[in-house]
Amino acid sequence: MMNAIVNLASLFKSAKDIFPFHGGVHPPENKAQSTQLPIGQLPIPQKIVLPLRQHVGNIPKIKVQVGDYVLKGQLIAEAEGTVSAAIHASTSGTVSAIEDAIIPHPSGLPDRCITITPDGKDQWIEKAPQDWRNAERKTLVASLRLSGIVGLGGATFPTHIKLRADGKSGVHTLVINAAECEPYITCDDMLMRERADEIVKGISIAQYLLGAEKVIIGIEDNKPEAAKAMEAAVNKVDMGTNMQVKIVPTLYPSGDARRLVHLVLGTEIPYDKRSTEVGLQVFNVATVVALYRYFELGEPSINRIVSMTGNVQAPQNFEVLFGTPMLHLVQAAGGEKANTTHFIMGGPMMGFDLPSADVPITKAANCIIAASPTLFAPPPPAMPCIRCARCADACPVNLQPQELYWFAKSDNFEKANDYKLFDCIECGACSYVCPSDIPLVQYYRYAKSEIIAQDKAKEAADLARERNDFRLARIEREKQERAQKHAERAQAAKNDTATQSPAATTDEAKKAAIAAAIERAKALKAATQDAAQTEPAVKPAQTDDAAKKALIAAAIERAKAQKAAALAAGNAPKNVADAPEPVKKEIAEIEARRQAVGLSEATESVTANNTSNADADKQALIAAAIARAKAQKAAAEAAKQASSETEKD
Amino acid sequence: MLTALTIMIGLALGLGALLGYAALKFKVEGDPLIARIDAILPQTQCGQCGYPGCKPYATAIANGEADINQCPPGGDAGVRALADLMGVEYKPLNAENGVEKPKSVAFIDEKICIGCTLCIQACPVDAILGAAKHMHTIIASECTGCELCLAPCPVDCISMQPIGVTPDNWKWKHPVIPIKSLPVKPAQIA
Repeated sequence: MMNAIVNLASLFKSAKDIFPFHGGVHPPENKAQSTQLPIGQLPIPQKIVLPLRQHVGNIPKIKVQVGDYVLKGQLIAEAEGTVSAAIHASTSGTVSAIEDAIIPHPSGLPDRCITITPDGKDQWIEKAPQDWRNAERKTLVASLRLSGIVGLGGATFPTHIKLRADGKSGVHTLVINAAECEPYITCDDMLMRERADEIVKGISIAQYLLGAEKVIIGIEDNKPEAAKAMEAAVNKVDMGTNMQVKIVPTLYPSGDARRLVHLVLGTEIPYDKRSTEVGLQVFNVATVVALYRYFELGEPSINRIVSMTGNVQAPQNFEVLFGTPMLHLVQAAGGEKANTTHFIMGGPMMGFDLPSADVPITKAANCIIAASPTLFAPPPPAMPCIRCARCADACPVNLQPQELYWFAKSDNFEKANDYKLFDCIECGACSYVCPSDIPLVQYYRYAKSEIIAQDKAKEAADLARERNDFRLARIEREKQERAQKHAERAQAAKNDTATQSPAATTDEAKKAAIAAAIERAKALKAATQDAAQTEPAVKPAQTDDAAKKALIAAAIERAKAQKAAALAAGNAPKNVADAPEPVKKEIAEIEARRQAVGLSEATESVTANNTSNADADKQALIAAAIARAKAQKAAAEAAKQASSETEKD
Repeated sequence: MLTALTIMIGLALGLGALLGYAALKFKVEGDPLIARIDAILPQTQCGQCGYPGCKPYATAIANGEADINQCPPGGDAGVRALADLMGVEYKPLNAENGVEKPKSVAFIDEKICIGCTLCIQACPVDAILGAAKHMHTIIASECTGCELCLAPCPVDCISMQPIGVTPDNWKWKHPVIPIKSLPVKPAQIA
């Protein structure tokens, strides 16, 4: 009783604690047409076409195959990724196709759909209601991911994301959006009139899940029956729930979540923050009914109330299974009148023209309007902007629509962004008041989608750059690793051979050179032995640095051979003969030193021998050349082997 | 007089030291031109500009070695953005570097692929997955459409598939006022 008095008092008080937002328009409501009849039920249609794209976020993953028999409420596509929602069979039947079909989307493009041919039995899966009052919030929210429930006000944002209540969501006030501000739409109105109890039960669940202390239900004052029904339902439940119905004035777009929060609480949610960051959350009435059905009855999201209105014989609200062909709904409302040109999904302000009449009803479809030239006269041609700024007066988000229009029209997207284009809710109030009939919202939509496309391209470019940089870094790293490996292997090889020969060097190439030198020396030795039987200088040195000696010996041998050849030709080396006096003197000095060391002996003996045998000397020269070539070849081969090993690594 | 001079000199020295310190302490790294040019380039890493990637091309532009109109994937808009950044006149794309094509991704015909890994080595962004003697496939979301994998393929199993319009990437059109032909009255013709 006390509660009732408090509520009644708040009803009287309501006019005072309303905080009007800036701007807004009041177009003709046209709601009475579709509220004459109660919510109707439709017979099960011939086919059910369920598009995978029915919500904001990722496309769900298909869990059925063509030919599968599915029951009503069976999961046929599961949520993929964080922002995604599941899809359930809305009646029992056979999956007859999984293919692309036209979906209700402004693009008019086909997209993947699951088609079910109903068997007419409408047989439910085993329903699993949950005792939510005694369950942990975490498990409840986790199970909500399987419910397929999305925001049914039209935004279709997956509800389980909004309810990410791990007990510390920080939400103190839950606002229930029952404003339904857009003309023609009456689905929430009828739902409140007929199923207020279910709504209140759903609100209790949402309140529990969020841990919200207070609930405010915002209803526009053009729905007195609905408000009365809601008041009565709220008064029926116990004191603890702290629910309050607030009547807000009829002004479009009061049904926008942020506008409604401002209306009922006076709180302006910062443009760059989510409502949860300031302790608020907003749910549509239809969404809370879906919550009630899911938790208390165990029914996933398979239907919704749709207003079928406009140019039809008998406008009415229907409870429609998702995937029902739209024309089925039109038939139920008595069929369209003769001059119907097309159908609009959503309201006349924010809705879009359906690309085809052959589209299914989806989770976003709150209203279908049959349009005719008499109801919606084609817009007169747009005139130039006269900068009257009436749009700025009407803008509920306090933007400067006329500026945004200039920027969008001239593709000046950066500037449009600076003027907060993305805060525009596309409500159409500006277009509605424009005396020049400029389709302002179309310009904003164009600019927004261009900016989104640019951002996506930039993201892709950044990813490509990152991957390219990584690839280059990886190639560089691999190269270094290979080089290091080789160095290590060479080091190991050196350690192995160190005990055998100190002449061995760290490098394979050097080793090969030494081997070549040894070979050369050997060859030379053989050659000189041929030429002269005794050759003291080229005797294989038995000392440790045999290799070095061999090299020296080879060099000496070469010089000797050259000298011998010159002598054999009968003349002294020309370069010495023509030398000036100081040089000759120097040569003589060097010769003297050489004699002192005892080297010239060998020279002389060779000379002596060679003069007697010039032919043998020539042969020696050839042999030396062959040996050199052989040694070079060996060295080259050794080097090649080394490099091929590098490549194999 | 002397006092005034001392004060002024003292002030000058003091402030000079302060400014010098601030210049070091709060040094602002200038936005390097190469990075800004690189940000405009589409990062296809296709090499159509004659440089081995977008970064080398950006470096060449910054050093004045390359012209701004050598990037076909960047298209006309890219050239305009570069002209804007570099403060030079816009010029149309150089036809020698190729023509602007609709964005596409590579597609491997898995029936023909022999698993030679040559395309994997050619891909500048590691967008091809596969192993020797196993079928390869393109990670479509990471393919830049550079076409560098086409040439090395010994069996020509790779083709470029243009990215079609889906409800995901569909864009609202610029509003246009349709031009309608009004019915002409017979009297006017006469």
